[in-house]
Amino acid sequence: MTTLIEKSSARSRSRAAGPAGKRAKSPYPHWFYLPAAVVYAVLFIVPTVTSFYFSMTRWTLFDSKFIGFDNYVTFFQEPALVSGLTHTIVYAVVTSGLKVVLGLLLAILLTSQIIGRGYLRSVVFFPVLVSTIGVGLTFTILMDPEQGLINESLALIGIDGPGWLTDPSYALLSVALVDVWKGVGLATLIYIAGIVSIPQEYFEAARVDGASSWQNFWRIILPLARPATFTVILLSLIGGLRSFDLIWAMTRGGPGFTSDVIASVIYKQYQAGFYGLSTAGNVVLFLLVTAIIFPLSRYLNKKEVDL
Amino acid sequence: MKRRTIAISVLAATAMALGACSAGSLGSSDDEGGGKVTLSFLTDNQPETVKIAEGLAKDFTAKNPDITIKVETRPQGTEGDNIVKTRLSTGDMTDVFQYNTGSLFQALAPAKNLTAVDGFTDRLDENFAKTVTADSKVYGAPFGNFMAGAILYNKDVYAKLGLQVPKTWDDFMANNAKIKASGVDPVIQTYGETWTSQLFILGDYHNVEAAEPGWADKYTKNQAKYATSPAALAGFQHLQQVHDEGYINKDFASAKLTDGLNKLAKGEGAQYPILSAMLSQLIADNPGTENKIGLFAIPGSDAAKNGLTVWSPSAVYMPSSTTGDKAEAAKKFLDFVASADGCASQAAASQPTGPFAVKGCKVPDTVPQAVKDMQAYIDQQGGSSLALEFLSPVKGPALEQICVEVGSGIRKADAGAKLYDEDVKKQAQQLGLEGW
Repeated sequence: MTTLIEKSSARSRSRAAGPAGKRAKSPYPHWFYLPAAVVYAVLFIVPTVTSFYFSMTRWTLFDSKFIGFDNYVTFFQEPALVSGLTHTIVYAVVTSGLKVVLGLLLAILLTSQIIGRGYLRSVVFFPVLVSTIGVGLTFTILMDPEQGLINESLALIGIDGPGWLTDPSYALLSVALVDVWKGVGLATLIYIAGIVSIPQEYFEAARVDGASSWQNFWRIILPLARPATFTVILLSLIGGLRSFDLIWAMTRGGPGFTSDVIASVIYKQYQAGFYGLSTAGNVVLFLLVTAIIFPLSRYLNKKEVDL
Repeated sequence: MKRRTIAISVLAATAMALGACSAGSLGSSDDEGGGKVTLSFLTDNQPETVKIAEGLAKDFTAKNPDITIKVETRPQGTEGDNIVKTRLSTGDMTDVFQYNTGSLFQALAPAKNLTAVDGFTDRLDENFAKTVTADSKVYGAPFGNFMAGAILYNKDVYAKLGLQVPKTWDDFMANNAKIKASGVDPVIQTYGETWTSQLFILGDYHNVEAAEPGWADKYTKNQAKYATSPAALAGFQHLQQVHDEGYINKDFASAKLTDGLNKLAKGEGAQYPILSAMLSQLIADNPGTENKIGLFAIPGSDAAKNGLTVWSPSAVYMPSSTTGDKAEAAKKFLDFVASADGCASQAAASQPTGPFAVKGCKVPDTVPQAVKDMQAYIDQQGGSSLALEFLSPVKGPALEQICVEVGSGIRKADAGAKLYDEDVKKQAQQLGLEGW
């Protein structure tokens, strides 16, 4: 009798929790959900719906006029848009790629038997904790073409350093490098966790088989740290696509428009008072990030399950 | 243009935006008894502006003991524009506020958000009155001085090389060649602060108007374009030429306004196209340069028609949300600002760098040489005209970036002009102008 009751209650519980349960009775009354629902509606649903509406108006803050899809047409005709889009993608790919490579190398170094390992690990992570604007302003001073520390140091060894942030062909990459410096600590941390969780048996078996350390890296660490790689790619790609603060602090999209990304294009439109147009831009940015990240995340997650 | 006087760092701007938000609650607190009224007065946070505002507040209260005025500040530039617009649209504006005239004033929707004032209209300079008029009603009292978008030059360098002030662009370029040969940078550019890049275009407007009278009207009606009008395109071409000929300082891409002013004062650079109001900073940072720096209008193609492009001062307005006793007091204050006493108060608070916009107000004789040079253009019949942004509501937000590109050789002059025409279209549509 007792076993039977236990069994049935266990079954009903599993049905309530499982996705198969059609209309499992909730353990809470409806009013219990109300506060959360109100917060959610006021702070998330209403702004989302109104932003879709305002993206179709010419909005001056004093009044708004419905103009259909004109804002989207204008936004896609914007000359800065194509270059902004290219810059965004270049920036996201460069930062994401460098964070993967450098993060993995640093993680291997920091999981090896070196002196002061714990201290070195925290040093790599420090830049992640510093304010982005602070980092941006500091590096703007360091990268000054005439009086900056970087070019003065280069001058000592006889190299004439470029205008890191003022030369149109370097500006975007310079900012991307600073972004990597600031963000590589997080990638390293994820990789350290991934490498540490690889069971030691694999390495022991490899040693018995006489594998070189190069083979250890290619055959054991790289494939088994794959979940970490996916996490790093995904996080840094999202970060790169919507990056704004560092670019704005360092170059404001300049010189001219040569380091403008989508987010800074939208910000400038907002500053100029084109509220409807910039809202349309945000809707486009939202769709773009979703369109890139959603399938990528599905794909990477599927791979992860295969492991 | 003036709203961009100092490009603020993001950090500072954020902090100040937060400050301005919380300041809103200060103004409406004390009204208590005895017929005493306190007015809140919002101005931008440029040090000279704050000095003038506080001077006006003090002198006004001395004459009207029942009315006290509290000065609050907001950031400059586009952050400040957003604060002003947001506070107006929510009915949360201070009792009186200082803001730009011309196209930025028009963007506030004056008929809806501001109260027209008519008591002192006949005292105002005609050029100024135009820039604060909407639907033939006057809304503002002048705050500060007229300024010019012109070329400041180092008189010592000119004297040493025996140069004459150029009237045409060819003379100007001939001077530049000689200055460069002597080892001095002929033209100073400071793209570290992007707004300073626009002077060759915006300061050239008198020459455009002289070559094609009525250009501003046609421009507003979408009938004239920078890319297709030779006189207007010249500004972009000039900007490209000084770069292509190697006449600008080596660190142009990273130098800031202060660097440019110091270079000019020290004679490391000979000429700096900039707003004349920057003189006060130049002199404050480099004492003893009052009479070493001169001013000439941006040269055009015709020596006979060359003249100065002038920026109107900003103004003090009264929002329609100010009512009752406060409205009466605010009207009195605006009347004071637009009076001879108001001019005197402003001159006492800060060294005037140009003529006042109130009739009968004279600048002191002790003004720097460049201001005297400026006055000479203004006194001459047909020697000056207002900048385009006071004659037409159309001004694109990306002009400074486009100028940086043209002036750094990233984009050619005609492509830059074309891009600016595109940029302007958005602004015109946003304002709901006809013909766009």
